Amino acid sequence: MSDPMQEIRASFFVECEELLENLFDAIQEMTEDPANKDTINIAFRAVHSIKGGAGAFQLDDLVAFAHQFETAMDMVRSDALEAGDTLVALFFRCGDMLSDLVRMSREGEDIDPDLYAPLIAELAECAGISLEEEEAEVDPADFQPMTLDLDLGADVDADFSFEDADFDAELAAILNDPPAAEIASDAPSGGGLSVHFAPKQSIFENGNEPLFLLRNLSDLSLCDIQLSFTPSQSFEQALDAPGLAWTLQLLDGDDEIAAREVFEFVDGLCELTIERTSPQTAPEPMASEADTQLIEVEAPKSSTPKPTSLPDPAPEDVPTAEVEPPSKPEPPAKEPKPASAKQSAPSATVRVDLDRIDRLVNLVGELVINQAMLSQSVLQAGLPKNTNISTGLDEFMQLTRDIQESVMMIRAQPVKSLFQRMSRIVREASAAVDKKVRLVTDGENTEIDKTVIERLADPLTHMIRNAVDHGLETSDQRLASGKSAEGVVRLTAAHRSGRVIIEISDDGSGINRPKVREIAVSKGLIHKDSKLTDSEIENLLFMPGFSTATEISNLSGRGVGMDVVKSAITALGGRISISSTDGKGTVFSISLPLTLAVLDGMVISVAGETLVVPLNAIAETLTLQPEIIERLGPETTVISVRDEFVPLFDLGVELGYRKPKPSYEGAIALLVVQEDGARSALVVDDIEDQRQVVIKGLQDSYGSVPGVAAATILGDGQIALILDAADLLGQATGRSRDLSTLEKAG
Amino acid sequence: MSPDTPLQDPSASELELLSFYVGDHEYSVDIMSVREISGWTRTTSLPHSPPFVRGVINLRGTVLPVLDLALRLGLEANEPHERNVVVVVDLDGRTLGLRVDAVSDILSIPASAMQQPPEISADSAGSFLRALTIVDERMVRILDLEAVMPSNDEVAA
Repeated sequence: MSDPMQEIRASFFVECEELLENLFDAIQEMTEDPANKDTINIAFRAVHSIKGGAGAFQLDDLVAFAHQFETAMDMVRSDALEAGDTLVALFFRCGDMLSDLVRMSREGEDIDPDLYAPLIAELAECAGISLEEEEAEVDPADFQPMTLDLDLGADVDADFSFEDADFDAELAAILNDPPAAEIASDAPSGGGLSVHFAPKQSIFENGNEPLFLLRNLSDLSLCDIQLSFTPSQSFEQALDAPGLAWTLQLLDGDDEIAAREVFEFVDGLCELTIERTSPQTAPEPMASEADTQLIEVEAPKSSTPKPTSLPDPAPEDVPTAEVEPPSKPEPPAKEPKPASAKQSAPSATVRVDLDRIDRLVNLVGELVINQAMLSQSVLQAGLPKNTNISTGLDEFMQLTRDIQESVMMIRAQPVKSLFQRMSRIVREASAAVDKKVRLVTDGENTEIDKTVIERLADPLTHMIRNAVDHGLETSDQRLASGKSAEGVVRLTAAHRSGRVIIEISDDGSGINRPKVREIAVSKGLIHKDSKLTDSEIENLLFMPGFSTATEISNLSGRGVGMDVVKSAITALGGRISISSTDGKGTVFSISLPLTLAVLDGMVISVAGETLVVPLNAIAETLTLQPEIIERLGPETTVISVRDEFVPLFDLGVELGYRKPKPSYEGAIALLVVQEDGARSALVVDDIEDQRQVVIKGLQDSYGSVPGVAAATILGDGQIALILDAADLLGQATGRSRDLSTLEKAG
Repeated sequence: MSPDTPLQDPSASELELLSFYVGDHEYSVDIMSVREISGWTRTTSLPHSPPFVRGVINLRGTVLPVLDLALRLGLEANEPHERNVVVVVDLDGRTLGLRVDAVSDILSIPASAMQQPPEISADSAGSFLRALTIVDERMVRILDLEAVMPSNDEVAA
């Protein structure tokens, strides 16, 4: 396949993602407000567009499935089918299948028709008897071009048909649009609207397409369209006015503003009159019957020249036999914006290759470093504070920070897509364990770095499954404990003090602490006499190889448990915590950095090297007073912080830069808190600064270094390593005394 | 010179080399793998790294690992001097700096003048060599960069 085709294909699949998102949004809304026609229309349009695109790429399976799906939805649209709970649930599953099919098509996998056959059967069953009629009803895209038979009198060659079959078909589709008919039945009695629309030639020169305007009107309460054709009296006149005019009847007079918006972009390019009609004169709805279309063509005078072909000395009495399709010669350079007042307009977006954004992020990183270096050299040059250079530099600093923040925002994405995936997980998981579960999401528009979102999918999936499988009780148990049969899983996201907090909570029975303890003891994770606080017991869930489900279900409990979740979150620079109330439920709380590209750190020095310690790892800094330092073993030391003993580590020793100091009196230590709450004191030589640093990976150029997360470039152009406190302390020796006779291996 | 040029083309059988001194010894690498030559700057040492890894430097915004070529080849190391240079080489997308004492020359050596290094197993130095050649009666060693580039196992302490 040629390259441009691949590109179009790729953009089709990108569009599919958006359409699927719209689809799920709409179905979700249907659960809340089944009567709303807009939502089913949105869902229908999404599936229809996917089908249309899929047809262009010969993705036959996708087309076949989308067609059935769309057919069922169309019946809901036309009130032939009621959008009950079962149907919406079926729609959800169909949506899932559709996303699967889209994904498989994108990856070029072979699709087994048996995969979606059961769902098609179910759709057919839901649609019931009416499906046969349904089959007969062709959907708009398949419409045959409709020839308009015109009775122009015996002496006139009645070869008057649009050449633009699409236009024709679409027009017919607009007229046949079921909502129009159905709105007609319960139309408000406040009087209709009559829109007279006669495009001038200039409308076509500007690349406008009347069809789009009419289609937008069809979203309103359109019930009738009349096309009239007035042949021009002279050639000059014909050039200015093509002679076509539409008269549209709208049922709802309140659509006037919306109708005017539709024509906003062709203001001055057409004759437009919009007036309210009294209820009495509102025309009888006569849509969907093609033959009721009235095309009033005045019998042309025999002397009328052909409007389009002056040089052709054709017989003069041939009247306007060729009517140019209104839009064909001009490529639609600018399509009128859909101005339907009913839907909130989507904000304008640009699709950009992720690589380009990454490059920009990198370059801005360089800029920040460069600016820091410049500031430092100005400082070293000893220029007074109030010179132009200094003030200019301050402004420059401000600007670079602004640019950096803006660039970081480009990478940020709302978590909505992630949450939508989770609602699917809930549906599948609850079906697998036969529990009634409702997912409530909040804060879907919270934005986080795209990479974070991608890497959150797996841990979140795991936690949601756990919540459904282990967290929630069965319906019977719930009823017995006085709760509603339907369990609720809440998924929320919010920004809080420079981080993103994602919470997964259920209203289940909470964590059975004695049971957790018992399992931990039986698995040898803790000693049976150890005294644990409630939160310590809860944290046992994060230990490797822990699974509380008594029966191993096929859903969760495979042994890869919360410890995997935890390490995935930690790898993202996040923290996870758990809290549980007996009988009320469990809350997992994930705290994540906004971006992976910058980090707040403390710049410290040790053994002549400058290092950065992530600020989120540091609980406090302290100066070691002689009275708090206690020897533990021959080589190890602890300090007592508020009556709690904390192991002392010398950063210089742990990094292999130097030997332990003879004494740690008066030394500066960072109190580092790890995810499990364990605290350690890390001795450094000096604390230099606290600042935001740009993260530079070491993995690509060198490979991973134990105890080091990444590197950054400081203001003086030197590279500083960013410490991975958890990793460092995980393999720390804790040597703080030099007993050269006792050389420790490793 | 395109890589497709037939072998009988005399220019194709010539190899252009960048030669430099490591201690008193002259080494060289294929000039096509050299990306740039940079002056010596202080390195940031990496914890628990093998001795031949000097550390990392900032090469216009990228973190560049620098090896001490003398230590890598098992030769006597001298303390870094400000007149030392870092030869930045590129191999299969990995970029690496090699600290050498000084850059000496650019040589054009016909392929026929290349000699296989004799197999002597007393030290590992031979395994880093691709060929030997004689230029102006001096022996020039041609490095096998793939062997010089440390594997991930070697780096992991």
